[in-house]
Amino acid sequence: MLAAHLDPLPAALFSLLAIGSLLLAFVMLGSRWLRHYMFAFAAQSWLIAILSAAIGFYGSYAELYIVAILTAAFRGMLLPYLILRIIRRLEVNREIHLILQPSSSLVIGAFAVVFALVVSYRIGTALSLDGTVVVLALTVMLSMKLIGFLMLSVRHEAVSQILGLLVLENGIFLGAQILVPGMPLLIEIVILFDLLIVVACFGVLVQYLLSQVGTTSTLHLKRLVG
Amino acid sequence: MIEKIGILALVMTLAPVFAIILILIVRRPSFAEFVNLLASGVSLVSTLAIFIFADNGKFAFWNGYVVVDGLGIWAVLCAAIVYFLASVYAIGYMRLLGEADRLPTFYALFAGFALSTLVGPLMNNAGLYWIAIELTTLISTFLVAFEREAASIEAAWKYIIVVSAGISLALLGTILFYWSGTFVLGPTYDMTWEALRQAAPKLNPALVSVSFLLVLIGYGTKVGLAPMHTWLPDAHSEGPAPVSALLSGALLNTAMIGIIRYLSVADAAGISRLAHGTLLALAAFSLFVAALFIVRQTGIKRLMAYSSVEHMGVIALGFGFGGQLGVAGALYHMLNHSLNKSLMFFGAGSVMRAYGTKRIPSIRKVAQYYPVVGALWLAGAVAITGAPPFGLFLSELTIIRAGLHEGFGLLVGLMAVLLIVIFIGFLNHFRMMYFESDNGAPTNKPPISWWCVLPMWLALIPLFIMGLWWPPSLWAHFTSIAQGLAPLSIAEASP
Repeated sequence: MLAAHLDPLPAALFSLLAIGSLLLAFVMLGSRWLRHYMFAFAAQSWLIAILSAAIGFYGSYAELYIVAILTAAFRGMLLPYLILRIIRRLEVNREIHLILQPSSSLVIGAFAVVFALVVSYRIGTALSLDGTVVVLALTVMLSMKLIGFLMLSVRHEAVSQILGLLVLENGIFLGAQILVPGMPLLIEIVILFDLLIVVACFGVLVQYLLSQVGTTSTLHLKRLVG
Repeated sequence: MIEKIGILALVMTLAPVFAIILILIVRRPSFAEFVNLLASGVSLVSTLAIFIFADNGKFAFWNGYVVVDGLGIWAVLCAAIVYFLASVYAIGYMRLLGEADRLPTFYALFAGFALSTLVGPLMNNAGLYWIAIELTTLISTFLVAFEREAASIEAAWKYIIVVSAGISLALLGTILFYWSGTFVLGPTYDMTWEALRQAAPKLNPALVSVSFLLVLIGYGTKVGLAPMHTWLPDAHSEGPAPVSALLSGALLNTAMIGIIRYLSVADAAGISRLAHGTLLALAAFSLFVAALFIVRQTGIKRLMAYSSVEHMGVIALGFGFGGQLGVAGALYHMLNHSLNKSLMFFGAGSVMRAYGTKRIPSIRKVAQYYPVVGALWLAGAVAITGAPPFGLFLSELTIIRAGLHEGFGLLVGLMAVLLIVIFIGFLNHFRMMYFESDNGAPTNKPPISWWCVLPMWLALIPLFIMGLWWPPSLWAHFTSIAQGLAPLSIAEASP
């Protein structure tokens, strides 16, 4: 496996990119302005694209360059553009009803990272891979997953929920690049396109939501209970 | 032989594809109805033909990306039957909505949704299977939101958020499975179910446990196992009735297939205690939640939706118990549930339109106003609670026997109690709707079209026959599936 036997330089580079992505997840968690949220997501996608290219270079997986270009194009530019358009059309700028203050959600996010670290450390030990970049990749992957779920549950603006889902998938993407760079290209490309469809879906739904329910805050969705 | 199967499988999938294209080109409501019905009929006939000709064989196509095997084709058969019945029903039902100009869109989406549930179980690659499941979500969201009322938009939103979040866990699990395989099979390999199963005994148990749990939670969300079932009652109750039938009778089974395939990998990897234990716990909890919500339910379609949660729990119990009896009972239950739940949603849809409400307290004296539909619907209600002489009685009994055989006495007791609670609670609602005589007459007593009544007959008659007679060929089919799912060492030991 590539990640287990890395030279110090690529190992440091991969770690830097992974930690950068995790930090950006915290930026998203701590901001209440949707625009900042979205820019952090775009930046994170760019970091992941760079990571793909770096892994392609050091592991000589030529197809990862394609994935890198697609990631940058779709997740780094097209998706943020679409979401920005939704934000503009809806004229929502920030979360109005906060369930949790950004500061408290940051603290919970920190706990999530600690939990992810414990789990990954265990798995790393079981596979006798401790001390490699694998443990870090697993930690970042799991903690971005947990942070994504945290965002889904404490944010109620429709746009933030879309972004929460995208963060979930960014985490998986990042981990998958480091752990299984050889995973068939076909699947990775399809997943990228899939995301685009998801966002198109969401765009339509948000429009409906606004026209029928009159608000894009999902806090008002409480007709169906029991 | 393999060419024949391949052609039939191609016909089965291409029929809805052509239907979508034709519907989108012509865009006339009556033409769309007809083409969709035709496509569903062709799909059903070719699926039946595959089922008969394949005879439990295993046929791989397209470099092994697609596989026709006993388990997959069984789920496809359930989906094809529901697709056909729902297409017949939709002709009568969708005209009542008064949205003639949007009907072609509806039928195109409907055929697309059916297509995604038909191909899902045949995906031989874990990644492709995930993509198929994701596609079902994307298409069906628009079907749930079709009526464009505030409630259906809310249901669609919750559906896509909850299910996408759940499915992303399944993706994480899939990738971790792939990763665990790289230690055995090398950095790049085709992640087929068979490859995973072959490699399973050499995989790292800790990693496989984490991956399996993630996959179980992920696809469990799609199956509607509690506590991840929260999207299910909303989506099932707010979509148009044919969509509810397809969601419940086809989609849930398609997602269940993934859990079963991973379960057999987990068995082969030697973590069957953890895997079966978790599945059983989720299944029992689903039954419990369903029982609570069925007893105190006021929405007619939500009642049916919680009954789906219950039956998915029963199916999961069957696979969790395992063994030949458990697998056979669960597979039989899949078909019975698909037929029966379609019948129930068809009845609920017709009654709902006639009375102009979804609330149970406003629906009274159904049998008096609608004798035929009322009788069919009541028979369906008796069947779905697991009473004899219908198919579900037989399959539930088999699952209970499997539980006793495998030594899960306590769990079987709990299951029996919950099934009885559900039986009383469910039929009590029907007693009120049929024999209680306070207010609640149909708004203007519109007649129910025979397009809506015919599929109810088509669902009830096989259900009745299958309750009296379990075809031996089906039993043989289930047995061979059970052998295919068993860990390799056992399968090789028994001739």
